Amino acid sequence: MSAPTIVSLPDQSTARIPKVNFLTKENGLLSWLLTGDHKRIATLYLISITFFFFIGGALAGLIRLELLTPQTDLMAADTYNKVFTMHGVIMVFFFLVPSVPATIGNFVIPLMVGAKDLALPKINLLSWYLYVIAGCMAIYTMAAGGVDTGWTFTTPLSTHYLNTHVISTGLAIFVAGFSSIFTGLNFIVTIHKMRCPGMTWFRLPLFVWSNYAASILMVLGTPVLAITLVLVVLERTVGIGVFDPAKGGDPLLFQHLFWFYSHPAVYIMILPGMGVISEVVSTFSRKRVFGYTAVAFSSVAIAVFGFFVWAHHMFIMGISNYAALVFSLLTMLVAVPSAIKIFNWAFTLYKGSITFETPMLYAFGFMGLFTIGGMTGVFLGSTGTDIHLTETYFIVAHFHFVMVGGMLMAFLSGIHFWWPKWTGRMYPEKISQLAAVVTFIGFNFTFFPQFILGTLGMPRRYAAYPPEFQVLNVFSTAGASILGVGYLLPILYLTWSLKYGAIAGNNPWQATGLEWQIQSPPLTENFPAIPIMDHEAYDYEWLEHEQQKEVASVG
Amino acid sequence: MSDSSAVHGAVAEVHPHEHPSYQRHHFETIEQQFDTTNFAMWLFLLTEIMFFGGLFTAYLIMRNWYYPAFVEASHQLNVGWGTANTAVLITSSFTMAMGVWNAELRRKGGLVLCLVLTFILGLAFLGIKTIEYHEKWEKYHIPGIRYSESAFLNPASDPEVHKSYPDDKPLAPDMAAHTEMYFFLYFAMTGMHALHMIIGIAILGFMIFRARAGAYTTGHVTFVENFGLYWHFVDIIWIFLFPLLYLISRHQ
Amino acid sequence: MNHISPVLWQFLVKWLTNFALFPPEASKIAPEMDALYFFMVLVSLVGLTLVVLLIVSFSILYSKKRHPVATQIEGSTLLEATWTIIPLGLFLVMFVWGALLYFRIYTPPANAMNIYVVGKQWMWKAEHPGGQHEINSLHLPTGRAVQLTLISQDVFHSFSIPAFRVKREAIPGRYTTVWFEPTTPGTYHLFCTQYCGTNHSQMIGDIVVMTPDDFKKWLASSTSGNSLAQDGERLFASLSCNACHNPGPDSRGPNLANVYGSKLTLSSGQTITADEAYLRQSILNPSQHITQGYAPIMPTYQGQISEEGVIALVEYLKNLNSDYRIQQTLNTTELLPESEGKQAPAGKAPATPVRGGKGEVKQ
Repeated sequence: MSAPTIVSLPDQSTARIPKVNFLTKENGLLSWLLTGDHKRIATLYLISITFFFFIGGALAGLIRLELLTPQTDLMAADTYNKVFTMHGVIMVFFFLVPSVPATIGNFVIPLMVGAKDLALPKINLLSWYLYVIAGCMAIYTMAAGGVDTGWTFTTPLSTHYLNTHVISTGLAIFVAGFSSIFTGLNFIVTIHKMRCPGMTWFRLPLFVWSNYAASILMVLGTPVLAITLVLVVLERTVGIGVFDPAKGGDPLLFQHLFWFYSHPAVYIMILPGMGVISEVVSTFSRKRVFGYTAVAFSSVAIAVFGFFVWAHHMFIMGISNYAALVFSLLTMLVAVPSAIKIFNWAFTLYKGSITFETPMLYAFGFMGLFTIGGMTGVFLGSTGTDIHLTETYFIVAHFHFVMVGGMLMAFLSGIHFWWPKWTGRMYPEKISQLAAVVTFIGFNFTFFPQFILGTLGMPRRYAAYPPEFQVLNVFSTAGASILGVGYLLPILYLTWSLKYGAIAGNNPWQATGLEWQIQSPPLTENFPAIPIMDHEAYDYEWLEHEQQKEVASVG
Repeated sequence: MSDSSAVHGAVAEVHPHEHPSYQRHHFETIEQQFDTTNFAMWLFLLTEIMFFGGLFTAYLIMRNWYYPAFVEASHQLNVGWGTANTAVLITSSFTMAMGVWNAELRRKGGLVLCLVLTFILGLAFLGIKTIEYHEKWEKYHIPGIRYSESAFLNPASDPEVHKSYPDDKPLAPDMAAHTEMYFFLYFAMTGMHALHMIIGIAILGFMIFRARAGAYTTGHVTFVENFGLYWHFVDIIWIFLFPLLYLISRHQ
Repeated sequence: MNHISPVLWQFLVKWLTNFALFPPEASKIAPEMDALYFFMVLVSLVGLTLVVLLIVSFSILYSKKRHPVATQIEGSTLLEATWTIIPLGLFLVMFVWGALLYFRIYTPPANAMNIYVVGKQWMWKAEHPGGQHEINSLHLPTGRAVQLTLISQDVFHSFSIPAFRVKREAIPGRYTTVWFEPTTPGTYHLFCTQYCGTNHSQMIGDIVVMTPDDFKKWLASSTSGNSLAQDGERLFASLSCNACHNPGPDSRGPNLANVYGSKLTLSSGQTITADEAYLRQSILNPSQHITQGYAPIMPTYQGQISEEGVIALVEYLKNLNSDYRIQQTLNTTELLPESEGKQAPAGKAPATPVRGGKGEVKQ
């Protein structure tokens, strides 16, 4: 007995991928490398970030292997320090930050607003090139011996006490930052100025709202990181002590400047993922998202509040107790909109008509794991418990729950959801559901023990640890191997599906949303004629009406 | 019609719809194109404000902590040159605005003249900056590379500055060390500003070339207008830098 | 904490500790922090259960098979309000509770025994006021409030004692403080938790908590002969600080007797309290900390004194209660815990009485 599904494919014996689409329109390397088409750029991004994800993942594997034993035996301490630093730098700046926006966002946002392209196609292409240049600089750094500052570049360690490749890494991140700024800028301008007639703000899909909020953070926060890195580079080269207390500078100034970006950065990473979840939960419950307005405003609230909580990364660093109080209070406030979203998604299921295709499985995984990750964030936002838990594996577990259990699951959910639109083909359902379940199990095994390790006091960034922590570490590594399998499978079957997947047709999920009303893969110009939006987002009654019209006209 | 190539090929396309030749195909109307690119430029300038913001933050903190050092170090800057530079930049903003006006009126000659004047004024600014930087080099006030605190430990040893500021007391050694921090911020902030000026002047050069070919006087003023915004922004940054760096003690 | 049965509490904590799932509680603040922690765990469990229950039950009840047609619902302001206000309320409870704990941990009581800790790559150096020096360990008595004054010699480090539930960053350039009261004898982990370079994982040690008697014995057996203050006095003389800082009428610098804890007016007009941080800054950055009425002529000692040297000087100044030569009052036993609070015997005669006028404090 097969599970009920909403998938509606055209007759496979006669269906074909449309001959003219954005992939086939022009051929040759130059047509790809000089493209302005947002869909091609999204594809280029997808390939590049997948490449970096696997490098980052391999580094994670090395970390977990080293931590199987309490001693520093697999690699020298210096090497371990380089491995976790590069893991952090690559995963944060080269995978998580661009993941959903630069791939799915680039692909889908013009379609969702009813435009033919993003507002600034050349800037979009420039953004990809900056990403690739930054990536090359990062690879150069790794090949030349790596950097071991930790992804947080704490001064004065990074400015005066290390002789690894800090400058090249700093510059790589600087360039990647501009890639991110240009993506965000493009999205904001597109969403403001390129909506099709009838597309009011409150008719936009929630994916657009989330990316809009994330783009505000990208545009306003990333420049501060850029200037901070410039100051670090100057301090290393010219030797001024703006962060050096012996010369009258202040290392805490670096912390403030760094976290002023890096806290909003985590919201840059999660908001687009939340947007995906809105789309997926809605489609697979056949219902408008519960509390559309609340979810839309929550996204913006997270973006706004996200700018005012940065010092919660500095509670034990000697900031004044009163400052800590203020930032703790604001942190509690920023936690609330995320909670609102989780409940709204849960209630979208109420009286829906639910099916359990792969994107929905990943979405469920997201909701559970992000709840845990988010709640543990509150543990850390409360100053009293933060003293004990900060700088331990509790933090590591917390951010992996929200980033990997949250964001990465949302990314995979979105990739599977829009795969048919992107490639014209369906992925194989059974193995993908298996991969989703394997990922979920592996993830919990890997990261849940780390909460316990953190409470026990095991510090982060340790290559060696007291022997009583070994059992939990072994558990964690075992989980990581399962997790690795879970992430490897999609690469294999998604590549397989490019040739052998079922033909998807325009709207295999029977979803609302303008992107599902056009061919798969779309034409280069997206819409033969600019659509006019005359219904609300997630309007399943409208969809049914359209389908009946189709039946009537064909029949 | 597709527009998948960023480089406009020599493909002759038949346009069933009417629109100016400079309208990009993903825009429905030329108004949308103007509106969009203008908005994009404002947003980009906002990111630039955030970028400079980090430097301004560092400056404000260090000045608050080491005020006497900042005051005396700032006396090493020539207010005359600084004022001249301010006048140069404000004038260049005026000529730039005139250039935009000329473009709107489709007056090629006027536009080219204004762009050339702006270009020259921009170079004048950089020239004055070079003179100032050179003076710093001569007087051993390059932080980290070639620095001496003697002018602050003993103001009488620098007769030129001492004449203008006879009330400057010798600084204690640890406070004198902080003058280097002032100069670091001076070079970082004016250097970053100068970098933006250089980029602007380079684009101006390109624009003069294109303006002479008539590219901006067909009604397509967006490029000139948006560049004007950038130029005014660079001017405004200087308007803040000048009092913060040159005029610290003037209120007394 | 008092509302929970001690039996239940002991069971919970001891059981978890035995299974290496929870750190031991060895300080007075630990059970209080644990109470908040368990409250948060409870709230998280309830929240997670609620979310999972909603998802699972809705998925079953409204699966496509069971509920083929979805009912379009816009939303419910009441529900929105509920799940905004309740989480916010719970988070605010955690905020207030946590803030109270935080203020407690980072506001040392006035009578706390002070131990200086200097962190450097890659070791911890602890200095007891009685002159006992430890590396990568810290001996402590139970039943006493202990304050740590931390500083780093190079990069950021973080002094962490999980069993006490305290942690504080050791920063280059200024002192940070934290306090606790150990309750249970035993040996506990000391970790550096701020990544500091190659041997970050090796920057660990032992916190040895002893009964007060054992601690006294340890102090007596580990003394280096001189208390920190005596080291400081020697340094004070060898650096010729007394050339300016003496009680003579036309001395170039302010007299430093009893300066610690006093309110000073600086030449900028600002009034400050002379605490450890001020004393340290006035040695290393004197020109910003000139007392009103004095010329800014004090040279800086930045680069000439190590952090331990500064600590010794600060300790000396903290104990400098009179103009008289006080070397014989600065003996080790006076700095032991049980003699805290006792003044130096009033009748103790100085070896070389200082006459009024131009007398200088002799070495």
